[in-house]
Amino acid sequence: MEFFISLWEALPAELQYLIWTLIKIIVIVAPMMLAVAYFTYAERKIIGYMQVRIGPNRVGPKGWLQPIADAVKLMFKEIVIPTNANKVLFLIAPAITLGPALAAWAVFPFDEELVLADINAGLLYILALTSVGVYGVIIAGWASNSKYAFLGAMRSAAQIVAYEIAMGFALVGVLVAAGSLNLGDIIKAQQGGLFSWLWLPLLPLFGVYVISGVAETNRAPFDVAEGESEIVAGFHVEYSGMLFAVFFLAEYANMILISALTAVMFLGGWLSPFQGWPVLGPLFDWVPGFVWLVIKTAIFMFLFLWLRATFPRYRYDQIMRLGWKVFIPITIVWIAVVGLAVVYQLPWWFD
Amino acid sequence: MKVLSNYFKSLFLLELFRGLSVTGRYLFKKKFTVMYPEEKAPVSPRFRGLHALRRYPNGEERCIACKLCEATCPALAITIEAEPRDDGSRRTTRYDIDLFKCIYCGYCQEACPVDAIVETRVYEYHFEQRGDNVMTKQDLLTVGDKHEAQIAADIEAQSKYR
Amino acid sequence: MTLEKLIFYVLAAVVILAAMMVVTRRNPVHSALFLILAFVACSGIWMLAEAEFLAIVLVLVYVGAVMVLFLFVLMMLDIDLAVLRAGFIKMLPLGVVMAVAMAAELILVVRAENFGLDKYAAPARHAADYSNTEEIGSVLYTVYMYPFEIAAVILLVAIIAAIGLTMRKRPDTKYLDPTNQVLVKRDDRVRMVSMDAEKG
Repeated sequence: MEFFISLWEALPAELQYLIWTLIKIIVIVAPMMLAVAYFTYAERKIIGYMQVRIGPNRVGPKGWLQPIADAVKLMFKEIVIPTNANKVLFLIAPAITLGPALAAWAVFPFDEELVLADINAGLLYILALTSVGVYGVIIAGWASNSKYAFLGAMRSAAQIVAYEIAMGFALVGVLVAAGSLNLGDIIKAQQGGLFSWLWLPLLPLFGVYVISGVAETNRAPFDVAEGESEIVAGFHVEYSGMLFAVFFLAEYANMILISALTAVMFLGGWLSPFQGWPVLGPLFDWVPGFVWLVIKTAIFMFLFLWLRATFPRYRYDQIMRLGWKVFIPITIVWIAVVGLAVVYQLPWWFD
Repeated sequence: MKVLSNYFKSLFLLELFRGLSVTGRYLFKKKFTVMYPEEKAPVSPRFRGLHALRRYPNGEERCIACKLCEATCPALAITIEAEPRDDGSRRTTRYDIDLFKCIYCGYCQEACPVDAIVETRVYEYHFEQRGDNVMTKQDLLTVGDKHEAQIAADIEAQSKYR
Repeated sequence: MTLEKLIFYVLAAVVILAAMMVVTRRNPVHSALFLILAFVACSGIWMLAEAEFLAIVLVLVYVGAVMVLFLFVLMMLDIDLAVLRAGFIKMLPLGVVMAVAMAAELILVVRAENFGLDKYAAPARHAADYSNTEEIGSVLYTVYMYPFEIAAVILLVAIIAAIGLTMRKRPDTKYLDPTNQVLVKRDDRVRMVSMDAEKG
């Protein structure tokens, strides 16, 4: 032990810093991957239950080992590269999708002090990264040298550009109301129990954010980029084995990210819903903030699955209409309302 | 006014929430999944599964090589060759059913004047090698011998509807 | 060499290489992708210069939106490369002249005599809680209010003009308006009729 400590101290300070950061990244990413694996299991179970089935139940007790079996299967499958596909782009596309989905967690506040990088422009950083994620889809579709993949990529690109704007405007409302771009400060601005959180004064923006979050992650009912009934599997038709698994990981990691962000922006992140209430407040004081965050995130993750089990896929032109003609006007109007409320210090939230 | 209420409905996602409430209720409904290898769904006596050739109780095979089944088979899955046996009776020397071609329509069973070719209730079978999909006469007779009691009972159960 | 300098040189090398690839690649989609790489590396350099707002907005706006639309168009184009390269040799002298002229201008303007440390002192390092975003916001909405608003209006005018130029009614297309379609209710299309059962 002493040997290791002396070895550690012999390292230059910058290297120590680098190693510490790497360890922190692993501490965030490893549980993330596990959560993604069991999110797929939860999806199959919950959608199964909603369809009066029971879902996977064979691998391990009650099917608990199913995601591991799936991962092992995908790892041992052959990776097929289509003829005339652009090899380099074909191979890096999945990484480009997964990268931003994981990198966004860098600024995410898990608890009051638990942030990897507590930067001032955290909200902007997350917006920038989510908008970069679309390149994986576009490049995958283009590099596959397949018509279906290309159509999927085109649809995805147009859809994400449209919903990125609505999502960005919804977040503008949040940052006007909270007065900060730092995610931790946004949470701190929501102190004081369930009804002080931003979801109530920003209800329209909350709805727009959740729905465009679903659209942004290409999930049902906005999954026209995959659209298996029309374009087979969209941008990832040609992908198999581990490359496909990486796309899969990215999609679910993105869903978890959007859920967690919704919890932070509109539901007060790590804050207790009973904060400052007469009886319930002290009763739940012992619960750590991280637990509240996980509960809130889980609610939205469940919502993602619930939506998928309920709604049929949108038609493409209707998606475009919803994005441009409904969401953007709603968000613009509500930003103006929030702006006025903040300037005139309307009571309860903005005073 | 109606337009206004429609706008109101779509803006507050009322219909979507109704849809969600339906699936939400189904989440807690009782599931009726059949746990297949342990539990099995009931099978009708008319079920058309794996084929079998039957014998008379004295052990003589029923098939008289009339080739009606071969003629009626819409998928051309049956191949029959026949010649007189030593005792002068007409019998098949070859009776093949290609299960990859067969569409399990049951016409062969309908056509058979002596109830020789039948489709049994057996639906759990597989092939491990190419060529195994062609059931030879011997295979079919073996299936028939194995399930004779069940086959006889099924034919008996259906007989009054024919 | 500090870590910071190392990062700067790596990013600068990436920017230059990517920019060269943009003009030399034959495939326009590759060029666009290298341009994106150049943008991302550039934003890293700006980040080093404590301009985190601009750095992130570069990624958000140029990489996240503008280049997506660029790629969108480029991927759909069926560009005949032979035609594109046909005038290369013929235009080469003109291109070289232009390049030399621009390089000369840059060298004349950007050099130690004009931008040396004696003219512009190295900016002081800001504290860790310094918010570049707030600084830009307060300057943009006070000192540069009018230019900012005018720029916004000009952009709006450009958008409206572009739409006005391209929009036309085409009577021959059977376009369905999704707005009317989603407003259709069940009662508009379905009529429940009660009738006696037929006597069989």
